[in-house]
Amino acid sequence: MAQNKVSWMIGGAQGTGVDSAANIFSRAAASSGLNVFGKREYYSNIKGEHSYFSVTLSNNVIRSHMDEVHLLATFDSETIIRHAWEVESGGGIIFDPKQTSEKITSIPTLEKNVVDGILERLKEEGLGNSVMDVLEFAKRNGVKLYPLPYVDLLKQVGEKIGETQLSILSRMTNVMAVAASFALFKLPQEHLFKAIEQVFKAKAKVAKMNTEAAKIAAEYAVKNFSNNEISFHIEPKPVKEQRLLINGTSAVALGKIVAGCRFQTYYPITPASDESVYLEDHEVFESRKVEVLAENPHQAESMELDGKGSIVVVQTEDEIAAITMATGAALAGARAATATSGPGFSLMTEGLGWAGMNEVPVVITLYQRGGPSTGLPTRHEQGDMLFVLHAGHGEFPRIVIASGDIEEAFYDAIKAFNYAERYQTPVIHLLDKALANSTMTVKKFVYDDLVIDRGKLYFEWFSSNGPYKRFEFTEDGISPRTVLGAAGGIFWNTGDEHDEFGHISEEPINRCRMMEKRMRKLETADAEIPDREKVVIHGDVDAPYIVVSWGSTKGAILDAIEYHAQHGLRFAFAQVKLLSPFPTKILQELLPRYERIICVEQNYSGQFAQLLAMRTCIKPHNLILKYNGRPFSFSEARDTLKRAIEKNEARIVTNAGA
Amino acid sequence: MAVKLTLANYRTNVHNDWCPGCGDFGILSAIQMALADMHLDPSNIVIFSGIGCSGKTPHYINTYGIHTLHGRVLPYALGAKLANPNLIVLAVGGDGDGLGIGAGHFVNAGRRNVDITYIVHDNGVYGLTKGQASPTLKRGLRPKSLPRPNINEAINPIAIAIVAGYTFVARAYAYDNKHLKEIIRKAISHKGSAFIDVLQPCPTYNDITTKEWYAGEDRIDPETRKPIPRVYKLEETGYDGEVQSPDPTEAEKKIVAALAKSFEWGDRIPIGVFYRNPYVPSYEERIASRIPNYLTMPPARQPIHDAEKHPTADIERIMEEFLVTEA
Repeated sequence: MAQNKVSWMIGGAQGTGVDSAANIFSRAAASSGLNVFGKREYYSNIKGEHSYFSVTLSNNVIRSHMDEVHLLATFDSETIIRHAWEVESGGGIIFDPKQTSEKITSIPTLEKNVVDGILERLKEEGLGNSVMDVLEFAKRNGVKLYPLPYVDLLKQVGEKIGETQLSILSRMTNVMAVAASFALFKLPQEHLFKAIEQVFKAKAKVAKMNTEAAKIAAEYAVKNFSNNEISFHIEPKPVKEQRLLINGTSAVALGKIVAGCRFQTYYPITPASDESVYLEDHEVFESRKVEVLAENPHQAESMELDGKGSIVVVQTEDEIAAITMATGAALAGARAATATSGPGFSLMTEGLGWAGMNEVPVVITLYQRGGPSTGLPTRHEQGDMLFVLHAGHGEFPRIVIASGDIEEAFYDAIKAFNYAERYQTPVIHLLDKALANSTMTVKKFVYDDLVIDRGKLYFEWFSSNGPYKRFEFTEDGISPRTVLGAAGGIFWNTGDEHDEFGHISEEPINRCRMMEKRMRKLETADAEIPDREKVVIHGDVDAPYIVVSWGSTKGAILDAIEYHAQHGLRFAFAQVKLLSPFPTKILQELLPRYERIICVEQNYSGQFAQLLAMRTCIKPHNLILKYNGRPFSFSEARDTLKRAIEKNEARIVTNAGA
Repeated sequence: MAVKLTLANYRTNVHNDWCPGCGDFGILSAIQMALADMHLDPSNIVIFSGIGCSGKTPHYINTYGIHTLHGRVLPYALGAKLANPNLIVLAVGGDGDGLGIGAGHFVNAGRRNVDITYIVHDNGVYGLTKGQASPTLKRGLRPKSLPRPNINEAINPIAIAIVAGYTFVARAYAYDNKHLKEIIRKAISHKGSAFIDVLQPCPTYNDITTKEWYAGEDRIDPETRKPIPRVYKLEETGYDGEVQSPDPTEAEKKIVAALAKSFEWGDRIPIGVFYRNPYVPSYEERIASRIPNYLTMPPARQPIHDAEKHPTADIERIMEEFLVTEA
């Protein structure tokens, strides 16, 4: 029977091709017409520790991973030991029959508490302590076992392509696991071959070898497993629209290029640096020639652009230099940004305050990860929100936006620069590890009609406009902004309180006016930014219950409330996108209409719920929290929302994910 | 520029609140004289500063003036210069600012060789916080605000600048502002990172390396009955720190000689250009080797939208790698 979604997982030691296997599988599935959501989990390690990738497939929109595994593809013992428990009855496990005698206690990378827990479960079932016992446990739960003799099959591949060295052949183990999986799911093989070609397009020989390996593994699977099929299948339906299979860091990088970001700084940090490295790799890109614009003398030179635009990416000595260098570039008139994670952002706070004080439009892309301190460097959390909203001493305006998924991240990256320049203040674009490292099929990005809003920007100042004052008092709080080098537009900046010209002033009347001018920009932003960019209301608006959340929990929540709607439990869902200025009015009008307000977020203390109470005096009835470093799954959101309604617990903490 | 530029063009009417007799005045006027001598368009110049007494310098100069954070003057300055390499960029800061809290930026800026001029006001103390020891104060000295003699060794700014990769390294004395002006002119003309360590008395907090001390008033020549100044000019001794060819062995020799010179202190303190190497490519040139139109279309000057405000960037080709293609 065909399901409307199936889930696949592949695992293995880091450095053994888990990522590329998942990439091939995802591309192949996507090109067959399916939608794909892939979640990547890895240790802060380069080689040897366990990593895994879970991929969920559906003909419908798919926005989150699920905990239930339908097919687990393995080629090492650790993956079986860790994940066999997650496979649903009727699902299957692909494994290497040569490794089943391995003892669970002999795997050095398994944490002791994990080993102890597993041994206990096996003991209760009257089983021993080898990999085979774990498989037996799964089998008793209705999981089907698919032994794939990798070494024998690799030898066959070797004979076919004339390669005898097992170390070279063994590099194709991962692709064999993928091919057998594809066969078990009965997905069309031609997409697999095409995906292999695409992934190894720079290395034709490798592509050919892998294709052979895939063919042999698929043949073996069809021949030997067809009398024992898995119960989960999906039939791809053709799709008309063009789609991308993309991760969050690349989506943001593309958004930045479109936004006109031409200067990016970074200091290496997981998981943010992927974005900057990607940008550096694409530092020169195509650009349309444009008409000369009278108000921008530099536009006249666009004829020299020759169809090429570029972004300068600088790897700085630390994150303090990253934000200050980006700020310097922004002063010169470039759209400039930096990308970091929590520990880097901690270092950036002094630079953030200076940019706020001097009204510099700089964008900080922040990929949250597990904290505090070094925390969980490669794992997920939404633990930096309150910090981001309050980072820096003293008071200054900042705009904070949170993207809910990879597609939004692209468009939000563009919005971030528009807000920054329009309101002349730092903008923090809040993302997280889950968005950074997940891959997802999204509609191809359309950007031709997007608007680049540079606000009150001047490339030249005419004395007929009066003397130039960088911090001129205005009604909306926003002053005309010239760039460094603009004729007639000389200004001064200082982190000290200053007068309209930017010179130091400690005079109390000026101080108050200047403080009010700066802070007024947030009121202007609040009045101007359309509601749909502040809060997005999903689901059943007339439902009795409303879920309130922000950021990457969006996918799991949407998938969960869609599921519940089909089963008679109705939810509305308010996704808050703008965290500063906070959409107080919208939420004060919206939330009291509902019997129950449920906040879902990935941190210990319910940071959004605190913010909501502070800004609206509304306290949610239920908090659903998670802080184990793994993103919310569809399954968890589904189960905890139901639990919140049925049991009305004030605080529900969930803990899924290996 | 058609208009004749005079010193007055580089002055603001902001009240100067430095202590009377401060070495900062000499540095300020030397910067203004250098800019005026070179007839540089004020609106094409940006002067960045750090925090401290020296941090106020830009407010007294009629060019773009960016008074930044403590220790961070260099990354701000580099960001602006790299976004628009047509700008003339100067950075000024104290010794504590640049060599203490900003030491990491100081070293790493040298690795890049961006075309800027960095002037350090070196007086051995943190003036604006009332006279604590700065990184250039010698161990054992006790200027009047210190409760105990300085427990740390002093660092050698000239030596650090040379090994960090600055391609123009000089020292000057704040009270010889004609000489300083010339050094600043050379530094601005140099294509690459120029570092100038400017010795200056702090009349309020440093009662050891005072104006009188630099002038050698404690040691009178018995014959002439005149003080024997401690400061002397390298160029008057035949010293030449200029690298004359792209041959790396020549640069090495000059570096070694300059390092040896940089340790002279006490009775004879050299000022002037210790080292200059015009053969190291600037960061801008390095970028231009990868981004061909960087110098004409740098980040700050690229048109990013058309007349209808729509983006000019075209990412169709980049998106191809992510495009899901149906088989």
